[in-house]
This record gives sequence, C-alpha cells and structure tokens, in this order.
Amino acid sequence: MGAFTAAAASAGGNPLWYATRSFGLVALALLTASVLLGVLTSQRIATPKWPRFASQALHRNVSLLALAVVGVHVLTTLMDTYVRITWWAAVVPFTSAYRTGYVALGTIAFDLLLVVTATSLARTLTGHRWWRLVHWSAYAAWPLALGHYLGTGTDARTSWGLLFALACLGAVSVAVLIRLAIERREGPVRVWGGGR
Amino acid sequence: MRLRVNPIACAAHGLCAELFPEWIQLDEWGYPIVDDEPIPPHLQVHARRAVAQCPTLALVAEKA
Repeated sequence: MGAFTAAAASAGGNPLWYATRSFGLVALALLTASVLLGVLTSQRIATPKWPRFASQALHRNVSLLALAVVGVHVLTTLMDTYVRITWWAAVVPFTSAYRTGYVALGTIAFDLLLVVTATSLARTLTGHRWWRLVHWSAYAAWPLALGHYLGTGTDARTSWGLLFALACLGAVSVAVLIRLAIERREGPVRVWGGGR
Repeated sequence: MRLRVNPIACAAHGLCAELFPEWIQLDEWGYPIVDDEPIPPHLQVHARRAVAQCPTLALVAEKA
C-alpha cells in the first residue's frame, strides 16, 4: 500500500480516487454481465453442455460479485476526502452536495441493488410473487448506474470510456430485444419440449 | 424429507431435474415427475438445492 500510495502520489493523484474510478468501471461491467445473464436466463436458453442451472448460478454469483465491487466503490468514495460526501449520501438520494443529481442516480441504483439482493437471498421466505415484483426493479438499477457513470464518471469523458458505455448499452439492448422477440413468438411462459 | 411439486406454480423450467436427477424426471412436456419416496440423508443437500433454485418456488421439501 505504501509503494502504491507513493506511486499514485507521484503520478499526481489520490489512490482512493483511482480506486473509486476503477471499481466503478468494474462494477458497471459486472452489472451489465448480470443483466445479460438475467435476461437470457429467463428465456430458458440451454444446451446439453450448458444446462439452465449453470446460467442461473452464474447470474447469481456475478450479481453478488457486482454488489461487492459496488460496495468497495461506495466505500472509497466516502473515504476520499478530496470531495466530501457524507455516509448517508450513499443510501439517501439527493443528499450529496457534490453533483447532487448524478450522485443520486448511483445512490438509487445502490439502494435498488441492495433490495434486489436481499429479496433474492430470502426468496424462499418472501415467496415468489414478492421476489418477482422486486426483481423487475433491477431493470431500473442498470440504466441508473449507466447514467451515474456517464454523468459523473471521470473516464466517461475519454473516448475509450465512452466506447465502454456504448458497449454496455449495446449488449443490454441486444439481450432485451432477444428476450422480447422470444416472448413475442413463444408467449411469456414457454413449455420446455412442448408443442408450442 | 420428501419432495412435492405445486402443479399450479410450476412452469416447467426443468432446473430441478438438472439438479436432482436421482429423484426428479421430466415428462414429455417438461413438467417434473417427483419420486414419492423419502430422500436419504446423503442426497438431501441436492434436494434442498433443487428447492432453492426453482425459478417459481414450485418445488417444496416436506419433513418426514
């Protein structure tokens, strides 16, 4: 850490700021992967070599990893004293004095992510109906996170940073279109191996 | 422990048969046919996983 701090300081930056940026980027990539897996898992896409439980387990584990990375991103943001953001701004939207709107997008996405994760882990207790209702809000969390990145992300102003955002947007758009196309053709509930 | 399927909640995702083929087979429409026998202790971990992973929570584990 000492060497890292010194190296970062000599490069003219605060290591916490670098951490916040990089964990934010990784979080957006993982959230995008989670949405992709979630959208495609719900369509029962499977082959003998890639069973459905594998997609479901991957979706679950990538999502938990995304939450952990978002947690670090939030933590380093709060620890960084260059921009003072109070701890409650991490959970209560529109309470950050710094870039109130764009930070709020991240805050709301973080709150939704916490609720979606909690209801998923306690799914056998809350029941399927509640879980499903809450799980739809994951579709809101992802564009909020993307908006948070585009609005206040330092790297979103670079060409590769913008390209990264476009790649995420493109991947999710294609997955959602595939889902809508399948549901249009097959109906919302497909019977595996059936005659529909 | 025994397994039971709620036939109204089940939407034939078929994950249970992938996760616990020792006790669950799929019929020709993809709906599970569950063995009624009590599940021996060494297989109960697989039964519980199948219950937890069911997308519609239609698979239920019952005591005894």
